[in-house]
Amino acid sequence: MTRIHVTVDGVAYSDEVEPRTLLVHYLRQSLGKTGTVVGCDTSNCGACTVHLDGVSVKSCNVLAVQADGHEVTTIEGLAEDGQLHPVQQAFHECHALQCGYCTPGMIMQACDVLKDNPDPTEAEIREGLEGNLCRCTGYHNIVKAVQQAAGQMRSASSGSGETADATEAAEVSA
Amino acid sequence: MIPASFDYVAPTTVDEALAALAEHGDDAKVLAGGQSLLPILRMRLNAPGVVVDLGRIPDLQGVCDDGDHIVIGAMTTYAAVLADDLVSTHASLLSKAVATVADPQIRHRGTLGGALVHADPAGDVGAPVLALGAELVVAGPGGQTRTVTADDFFEDLFTTAVGEGELLTQIRIPKHTGWGAHYEKFVRVSHQWSIVAVAATVRSEGGTIAEARVGLTNMGSTPLRAVSVENALVGQPATDEAIRAAVASVADGTNPPSDLNGDSDYRRHLATVLTRRAVLAAAGA
Ligand SMILES: Cc1cc2nc3c(=O)[nH]c(=O)nc-3n(C[C@H](O)[C@H](O)[C@H](O)COP(=O)(O)OP(=O)(O)OC[C@H]3O[C@@H](n4cnc5c(N)ncnc54)[C@H](O)[C@@H]3O)c2cc1C
Ligand code: FES
Ligand code: FES
Repeated sequence: MTRIHVTVDGVAYSDEVEPRTLLVHYLRQSLGKTGTVVGCDTSNCGACTVHLDGVSVKSCNVLAVQADGHEVTTIEGLAEDGQLHPVQQAFHECHALQCGYCTPGMIMQACDVLKDNPDPTEAEIREGLEGNLCRCTGYHNIVKAVQQAAGQMRSASSGSGETADATEAAEVSA
Repeated sequence: MIPASFDYVAPTTVDEALAALAEHGDDAKVLAGGQSLLPILRMRLNAPGVVVDLGRIPDLQGVCDDGDHIVIGAMTTYAAVLADDLVSTHASLLSKAVATVADPQIRHRGTLGGALVHADPAGDVGAPVLALGAELVVAGPGGQTRTVTADDFFEDLFTTAVGEGELLTQIRIPKHTGWGAHYEKFVRVSHQWSIVAVAATVRSEGGTIAEARVGLTNMGSTPLRAVSVENALVGQPATDEAIRAAVASVADGTNPPSDLNGDSDYRRHLATVLTRRAVLAAAGA
């Protein structure tokens, strides 16, 4: 057994793990964070995507011991004060899921894409989500949700975005 | 699926890592980004007693300028290679190839060194490293290092010049500043390993090709360099017609695999088409 110290969704943990423990199993079985799911055996599907020190990784392809001393964010750590993250909210509003199995990984990867590129084209969104498979939706509404979230996050971060839009709308109607 | 049990060591220097490898012999396995090794361990295709994680050795990470070369630490991730200005300025062929590897999550973890030592013939970084005439620095027991040319590095399927108890530490790439570059990867669906891919980088003078380097992915058990095509391209105008003629023989002497994605003849045909496209794009035509 090896002792690891990891911060997961803002909480510091210290645990003894077998070195062969995959990060996804540590999250699910030791910490009970079952929001992160396993969808494949080959590291192709992306359902298990989490952020390790702020960048997306497939947690079925990382050992828990490799996360020692690092910070992990899972789908369970995205909402703040009971308020869904804009990407979560957009997936809800755009009906970007059917069975929902791919959703935790899709949302975590979408956040990663938007962090690097706040205003992605449709092609850039599709490419950024290349490592996340969805067997239900055909991706259409997933891409729409990421576009909607991107717009919301841009106007929230610029602060003036919404006002500018409102002024524009007012001018048009005037 | 879960790997078989192993002990885990995470040295913080190359010397400590070499000592751990010397101590455990063929029972030890090096872990870099884990993006090939962990699937292998999970499928129980390998079951080492000790895993030596290179992830905590700062000396193996990053890119630096060394005069007429750039030097990339073996543990530099694909994502870091992609984001690096030295690489895009002096070895843009490598940046272009890395951009096509797997997906963003895997590029955040997978390393250039890990990919080269893994030496999957369908892997995307072997051909550009070969075409760019890179040198690979290998550290052995006791810490001595030797330098292997890319031509001598790839020995066979999944086999390189890195022996037991050794580590790849650096990839040294001669600067190809101002060269145009293109990596033409042929896949049926997104997120797929190359069926065939061609790495081409070209130095043009006016509209004429002054120098060219061409590497082939998945056209044999190792990445291949198409030297006769490189020579045939010199002095040619960057036109479709001239390049088509110069690259027509690119598949001569290759021995590509036959599998569900295409048989060997199909791959030979693909190689000529993709080489023409790659060279044209690299020449800016
Ligand atoms: C779903 C999926 C899709 C992929 N698609 C592609 C693709 O399209 N194109 C592509 O090129 N690759 C692809 N890959 C493979 C990926 O590029 C791997 O990351 C890479 O092959 C291995 O690099 P790593 O750092 O993860 O090495 P690891 O997996 O940690 O190690 C690989 C091997 O090299 C040895 N090793 C590693 N570093 C050293 C060193 N410094 N010295 C000595 N030995 C060392 C290890 O012992 C091991 O045997 C894919 C992988 C997955 C899981
Ligand atoms: S469960 Fe990790 S990629 Fe499928
Ligand atoms: S909603 Fe079912 S897999 Fe994506």
